[in-house]
Amino acid sequence: MSHFFTSPVGKKFIMSITGIFLMLFLIVHLSVNSLLMVGSDAFNSAAHFMVTNPFIRILEPILALGFIIHIIYSAYLTLQNQRYRPVRYKKVDRWGSTTWPSRNMFILGVLILIFLVIHLSNFYWKVRFGHLDTVMVEGTEMENLYGLVSGLFINWWWYDVIYILGALFLGLHLSHGFWAAFQSLGWDNDLWRIRLKRIAYVFAVIMGVGFASIPVYFLITSG
Amino acid sequence: MKVQLKIWRQPNAQTKGQFVDYSLNDINPEMSFLEMLDALNKQLIEKGEDPVAYEHDCREGICGSCGLFINGRPHGPEKEVATCQLHMRSFRDGQTIVVEPWRAQAFPVIKDLIVDRSAFEKIMDAGGFVSVDTGSAPEANSTPVKRQHAERAFDAGVCIGCGACVAACKNSSATLFVAAKISQLALLPQGKPEAKRRALNMVAKMEELGFGSCTSTEACEVECPKSISLDHIARMNREYLKASFSEEKD
Amino acid sequence: MATLDAKIPEGPLKEKWTNYLNTMKLVSPANKKKLDIIVVGTGIAGSPAAATLAQLGYNVKVFCYQDSPRRAHSVAAQGGINASKNYRNDGDGVYRHFYDMIKGGDYRAREANVYRAAEVSNGIIDQLTAQGVPFAREYGGQITTRSFGGVQVSRTFYAQGQTGQQVLLGSYSALKRMIARGKVQMYSRRQMLELVIKDGQARGIIARNLVTGELERHTAHAVVLATGGYGTVYYLSTLGVSSSGSAAMIAYRNGAFFSNPSFIQIHPTCIPQLSDFQSKLTLMSESLRNDGRIWVPKAKGDKRDPNEIPEEERDYYLERRYPAFGNLVPRDVASRAAKERCDAGYGVGPTGQAVYLEFRHAIREQGAKTIGGKYGNLFELYEKITGESPYETPMRIYPAGHYTMGGLWVDYELMTTIPGLYAIGEANFSDHGANRLGASSLMQGAGDGYFILPNTIGNYLADKIKVPRLSTEEKEFEEAEQKVRERLEKLLNINGTQTASSFHKRLGKIMWDHCGMLRSEEGLNKARTEVRELKQEFWKDLQVPGTLNELNQEMEKAVRVADFLEMSQLLIEDALNRNESCGGHFRQEYQTEAGEALRDDENYMYVATWEYQGEDQMPRLHKEPLNFEFVEVKARTYK
Repeated sequence: MSHFFTSPVGKKFIMSITGIFLMLFLIVHLSVNSLLMVGSDAFNSAAHFMVTNPFIRILEPILALGFIIHIIYSAYLTLQNQRYRPVRYKKVDRWGSTTWPSRNMFILGVLILIFLVIHLSNFYWKVRFGHLDTVMVEGTEMENLYGLVSGLFINWWWYDVIYILGALFLGLHLSHGFWAAFQSLGWDNDLWRIRLKRIAYVFAVIMGVGFASIPVYFLITSG
Repeated sequence: MKVQLKIWRQPNAQTKGQFVDYSLNDINPEMSFLEMLDALNKQLIEKGEDPVAYEHDCREGICGSCGLFINGRPHGPEKEVATCQLHMRSFRDGQTIVVEPWRAQAFPVIKDLIVDRSAFEKIMDAGGFVSVDTGSAPEANSTPVKRQHAERAFDAGVCIGCGACVAACKNSSATLFVAAKISQLALLPQGKPEAKRRALNMVAKMEELGFGSCTSTEACEVECPKSISLDHIARMNREYLKASFSEEKD
Repeated sequence: MATLDAKIPEGPLKEKWTNYLNTMKLVSPANKKKLDIIVVGTGIAGSPAAATLAQLGYNVKVFCYQDSPRRAHSVAAQGGINASKNYRNDGDGVYRHFYDMIKGGDYRAREANVYRAAEVSNGIIDQLTAQGVPFAREYGGQITTRSFGGVQVSRTFYAQGQTGQQVLLGSYSALKRMIARGKVQMYSRRQMLELVIKDGQARGIIARNLVTGELERHTAHAVVLATGGYGTVYYLSTLGVSSSGSAAMIAYRNGAFFSNPSFIQIHPTCIPQLSDFQSKLTLMSESLRNDGRIWVPKAKGDKRDPNEIPEEERDYYLERRYPAFGNLVPRDVASRAAKERCDAGYGVGPTGQAVYLEFRHAIREQGAKTIGGKYGNLFELYEKITGESPYETPMRIYPAGHYTMGGLWVDYELMTTIPGLYAIGEANFSDHGANRLGASSLMQGAGDGYFILPNTIGNYLADKIKVPRLSTEEKEFEEAEQKVRERLEKLLNINGTQTASSFHKRLGKIMWDHCGMLRSEEGLNKARTEVRELKQEFWKDLQVPGTLNELNQEMEKAVRVADFLEMSQLLIEDALNRNESCGGHFRQEYQTEAGEALRDDENYMYVATWEYQGEDQMPRLHKEPLNFEFVEVKARTYK
């Protein structure tokens, strides 16, 4: 066991486990965010629940840890893997053998990380450490997150672009990551490989389109 | 047909190499790629120059000696072939063809297009076998083996050890090579008693020798002349995880 | 002068090997540690031998010219490996297996050796299965078998069309295990260039490190040659292009006798030569003849698409000529029949040097899926080379040089006439007579390596336990190395204009035309002159670039071609000497009215064994008479 976390299979195991955990988070995140397109009360209620529920609060640092481990291990793996070909090829043609996202998971990851920083500073920081206006929804006073989000998307069009791009990068990252996570865990086989890949694409499209649809919605509705 | 060649020339491991341009006329499209190199070498020798060194032997895609990185792909543009099974009909008249050795830290160049693949040997030494003494084997049919398992074991066992998986992988990982052997023996009852040691030791050796890790790009499977499936990597991962979390001391 | 004592143990045929094992001398485990054995070659004989000798406790040094022992050309064997398990309940057994081999070899093999080969065959299957060789199986989990040429039972074990690869990798894994244990020292990328002999006994080798060019001295108490066959004498053959007869020639020049050199098997089903620049012929496994039918059009020069030629206009000549065995006649018979049809003008394809091998009937009866399951990878291999799918259009095939039954003379213990020098697998002559049956080369090699040599070598080494390691500083090593150095320098300093390969190609053509499938006194005499002239030209006009102190593939080739030139002379003398037709040796002058081989048992029932007398000297012939005590010698018929 002692070498497990540094072994090639063990490192991938960590990437997979954290990746799957983050994907579960994305499902919850997108579910809640979809409510932005339902209306301000629905979204604010859901957000209020997430902010006040003790279970979710406990999960928050774990989620942060999941991100951090996923990021650190990917950086570690990628930097290490690059060392193994000290002399590069003059000509490389991988278009016939691999997909672009599978080759560029790290680059996609970095782009998503940049997006994440912007995203956190836009919302998370303000919610956790700033002061937001409050609204009353069905007799409960809560912070007006809907106002924050819609304000951002309606007033600053380049944020819409950034969020659409973020969703795109995420979708691409997931199109490979979803399936590869199960491959690294050893679940893959001749039957499930095809199934998992299909599920991966469906999942990636749902996540990508789902997250992108929110800024698009505000762009359209604000006309 | 005519071809323009850009070939990596390197006199030995200690000297720096470079690309050298050659052009060949009168190439018959039915020639194999290696026969084309033979033709080039004949010209070079007759001119008193040093011929291009490359490895080859069976010339029917089974010994695994030949391995050239041709126009950006291991064993060239065709699928499921070793370099020796590649024919000039796969190229256009007048095309420029870049020929490089396998590039990986674990496969240092020995001369021109020949690399040292002894790292594969060391990985096999780490456990790519069933420990059975000559004479101690039971009657072959005393252990039934599920036909599907035997067939899958065969699909993994067809690895020719050419190194194309390493050459193709952006991480220079030998995972497919290692997985093929671990998976083959894990599928058969004969390989089970040592499955744990084998998985742990072979994977550890692979890392020690300077191969990267698998990021599932699938390049290895596509470029493998025997189309060994990534499923075997999943099985290796399973074996490795099982072995790592097993309570039993080994 | 060494005498030809085959040292056959006493007793009835089936007790000989047991008697031998019961009475042979043993080396105690403590003493084995003091004894070193060199094994040259890592194919299906060398790898098992090295692994088993190491397991017994000897110190083993193994040499191969490839970068890995896994690349030995046994890897390319396709169809299968025989064993008389009788899993099919079809009447098989050791005796029948033995009888089939004796008959298949046209009564030119030694009874006791052949019987032993059949006897140990079952253990090989057990051994390989235990190593994880994935033999083809039934749904019930049991191993399945198929039929091969020259037999009427189903005794061939297989792993699709890659049996040789699977079997070799199994043995390679056994070798790897011993390397990991430190009991075997592996020397890859080494070419054996000289044998070191002291007091008439083999005591070491000189090997060239193919990367650095350095000449290395390796000492041992015994040397085992598992260096395969010399079919590349034809230049184009089914062998690996670097396979050679050099190790055998080194032994021969040092006094080991060479037996039946001209007994070479021409394999009937290979992809035909298409052009002049071709470097290699690819085999299509004999197993294809289980379901494939061989034919040519009944009309000469019929250029129609084969699928358009109706049934009644086809000549299934093997079924016509040999109704009992049909398409599954032995290789020599099938090869000659193909040549006969092509020479008579019925050949097909662009060159007219091919016949059809068709699966239409089998696909109709069994379905494309079943046929694909049996031969799928062979069909793909064929399609890769020719661009045609055998599912749709018949394969075109033609015979090609494949296997050499001849080899170094060995006694029952597999020892050559040089004490301490052994030859196993294809490198020796002993088990296949004048023709080898399909799927028996893996069997013989593995049998020699796993079960026979590791026992018999002890009988010799038991007397050597007090013999210290021969220092590599001794004069024997010094002289051997000097000899090698001189030969290499001589080759390098010719400074002519032609490449080694171009000489090889010309030599191959001479040998194929005159000492190939069909031989005649006239042709052989012609070849004798041509080879002599070519050899002179070689030593005057060879060009080897580079130096001796580097990786120099042209030098490697030059060494091989030099040996082939000398070996060809031996082959020609042997073919001229044997005034009869038997197995793979077919002399035009000696045939029946029906065109079948005509043996002369009265005058040629012997192993023609040659002793080297110096370069360009006529070698001296020794005859080992073949006494058939246990089978009745008959005309060989497959009708």
